[in-house]
Amino acid sequence: MNQSLLTSLSRIVGSRWVRHRRAELATYAMDGLPTHESLPGAVVMPESPGQVRQIVRLLHLVQVPFVARGAGTGLSGGALADRETVLIALTRMNRILSVDPVQRRAVLQPGVVNARLSEAVQPMGLYYAPDPSSQTACTVGGNVAENAGGPHCLKYGVTTNHIVALEVVLPDGSITRLGSRQGEPWGPDLVGLFVGSEGMFGIATEITVRLERIPDSVRTMLADFMTVRAASEAVSAIIAAGIVPAALEMMDQACVAAVEASIYAAGYPTDAAAVLLVELDGQGEAVEAEATTVREILCSRGARQVQSASTAADRARLWQGRKKAFGAMGRIAPDLAVQDAVVPRSALPDIMDQIESIRRTHGLAISNVFHAGDGNLHPNISFDRRDPAVTKRVRLACREIMAACVAAGGSITGEHGVGNDKLDYMPWIFDAESLGAMRAVRRAFDPTELANPGKVVPVHACREWCAVKSLRS
Amino acid sequence: MSDTIYTRLRALLGTTGVERDSDGTPRATPDTADALTLVCRLAHEEGWKIRVEGRGTWLPSDAPADLAVSTRALEQIVSVSPADLVATVQAGASVEMLRRRLADSGMWLAVDPPGRADRSIGSVVATATAGPLRQGFGPIRDHVLGCTVATGDGRLVNAGGRVAKNVAGYDLTKLQVGGFGGFGIIVEVHLRLRALPRADVTLLARGTRDALTLAGRELIAAHLLPAALELLSPALAAEADWVLAARFVGTEGAVQADVRRLASVGEVTWIPLPPERTAAFWSVAARGTLGGPITLRLGVLGDGVDETIDLLAHDLDEGLVSAGAGQGMIRWTGDALIERIRALRRAAAAREIPVTLERAPWRVRRALGHFGAYREGVGQIVGRLRDSFDPGQCLNVALEGAE
Repeated sequence: MNQSLLTSLSRIVGSRWVRHRRAELATYAMDGLPTHESLPGAVVMPESPGQVRQIVRLLHLVQVPFVARGAGTGLSGGALADRETVLIALTRMNRILSVDPVQRRAVLQPGVVNARLSEAVQPMGLYYAPDPSSQTACTVGGNVAENAGGPHCLKYGVTTNHIVALEVVLPDGSITRLGSRQGEPWGPDLVGLFVGSEGMFGIATEITVRLERIPDSVRTMLADFMTVRAASEAVSAIIAAGIVPAALEMMDQACVAAVEASIYAAGYPTDAAAVLLVELDGQGEAVEAEATTVREILCSRGARQVQSASTAADRARLWQGRKKAFGAMGRIAPDLAVQDAVVPRSALPDIMDQIESIRRTHGLAISNVFHAGDGNLHPNISFDRRDPAVTKRVRLACREIMAACVAAGGSITGEHGVGNDKLDYMPWIFDAESLGAMRAVRRAFDPTELANPGKVVPVHACREWCAVKSLRS
Repeated sequence: MSDTIYTRLRALLGTTGVERDSDGTPRATPDTADALTLVCRLAHEEGWKIRVEGRGTWLPSDAPADLAVSTRALEQIVSVSPADLVATVQAGASVEMLRRRLADSGMWLAVDPPGRADRSIGSVVATATAGPLRQGFGPIRDHVLGCTVATGDGRLVNAGGRVAKNVAGYDLTKLQVGGFGGFGIIVEVHLRLRALPRADVTLLARGTRDALTLAGRELIAAHLLPAALELLSPALAAEADWVLAARFVGTEGAVQADVRRLASVGEVTWIPLPPERTAAFWSVAARGTLGGPITLRLGVLGDGVDETIDLLAHDLDEGLVSAGAGQGMIRWTGDALIERIRALRRAAAAREIPVTLERAPWRVRRALGHFGAYREGVGQIVGRLRDSFDPGQCLNVALEGAE
């Protein structure tokens, strides 16, 4: 990265907050996905919206691309930058600016850690509902970029359902405000459009979120099944009964085995083919009534045993295995490729069979922990990336799993985003016209395509590109 | 000109796909997405202006145009999946037709838009007109998983998908929901469904507006979770007093538990509606929104409802008003001079309240726009977005108004 740009960046944030030496940059070479690696040209760490604005203005002036980054916990390679690109790390912008407990709104900076927000508003009887597994580290700004989900999104919705307004620095350095505290847009729903745009429409510097009230009563149930199919059918039966649990999570045998062999052991039955966690919340009497119905459904669908917990300590024990599943898998191999795909709920049993078949074909260790209620799968492949042959098989297996999910009528990502990891799969679910429309929408925010270039939309698959190719041929 | 267009459209769609409206303007009624794109492409090439129509029951069909394009022949319910709780529906299908079809399979779209029951799904999505059920089930955007739109220049663009959770690509669906057709003509939508509630109970409280807004706040403070909590003006409810309607849906046990608790909350008296009158009550409230030529949506929070109705009463009137006593949002219907509405918008903007023109004659839409003036920086983005979805500016939709 050229010295004069580094000097200019240092003038904005102070030299302490500009990193450019190779050893310093190594921290930012990956996100949570170990299959992609790239060193940025420089890292700059602003502490205010004003500094973000100045940085982006400067980069726009000299036409240098940039990538915004939160905690780097993403799982799609979305927050990686190359040597020609400046990485803007937003972790210093970590203040909760205001909380309105009556109207259940909070205004915060993008670097606020997801779980910290819930901790801060907990004394007011409130919490922030989207709860990605990385919530103790990931930032709300990153959640906005990826439209992050989590176990409790079945009932309460994903990030987009909880963001009502944004202050945004556009890629030309100008600032604009989108949405309103009330949630009613001023004009077209640009907040809805911005959330999940993976940092390609600009940088959110102030985020207004909707908070939820901590429910009066919570009941967590753990059921184990001898087949994944029986567990999946129980999921569908619960939903068909008109019950929308706060969470409806499944873990397969491989995942349970990993958890139970770790320090996070939660007493899950290791001989079960699948374990189902069901959480109900709401007003006490209503929760009890629904819990009775759910227990009946679970038993009628073949659950061997149903454990139930209503105290915080007992519920935490039942959740422990699920929450720490990714950590437990870390014991199996040095690296973990956490995948993310969605299928229609009815396709769950068949897709699980196919994943098992793919696992056998490639001789890999795959464990599944997923949001069964909304068909959002997380097949996780444990491997050692120092072995190129294994890494190649991991890539192949990921590709085959994605293809199977798409063939089942699903999507290539439910909550992790496309980033650069799934760029090649986008033409599987969107035609050239639709990809072209996405690119045009991106250019409405960022005409010179400086923000997070090369992600999400494979330009070579867009309509305009196809037209150029056909002209040349 | 009109004859030429009529002839060209007949050549494209056949005799059954083209008619003339009451003013003699050619109206295309394509019955496939491809046919719709052909019409748009032709209009784009010829520089013709298009008026977008659904079933003609919400926005008046009065925007000046060289031709109208109606989605009413695109009325198929393409697929319904009870196991996945997802339906794919063409834009011209009516809300009522869909409701019946879903009920037959034990499913439900938790959306109760204002207007007639035979409104098209496309109209509800394009105008984002959610009814009282938004309290429990969210705005229209929360029910739409994906959609297909025909752009102004005749491309077919897909957004989202048919699964409950999906972050593949930018969320273009959000642009179409509430975009009033300014970013293309919605052809088909994928909808999130729910199991038909086992129990559905509505209770009414009658009294002064002050007393009922207080009752609404107390109900929410008591952690009750109504599916709808709507404050209706006397004229809209066809009653002597203001009415607060609380609706609880879900499993029998959960609903009965909520109803029992409701009796102990606040000072007002709640009277359950007999089950056979429930649908009629909500239908009257929905249709009451058509009681005047103009409908506005004011984005307020629950605690701002009372003050904002005062503002409406001051600048317009409080005749036909429906307000969310819990989550907020006010819908006003009536008639008013353009200048009065403009003044209301200014007063509301000073209080940070967006006012969306949901429904009005063309002269009002043209003058005020569905959204009015944008905030700094937003107009440029919206302009570029419109250019990308309608490069020839064929779609005659007044998003911003003439101010």
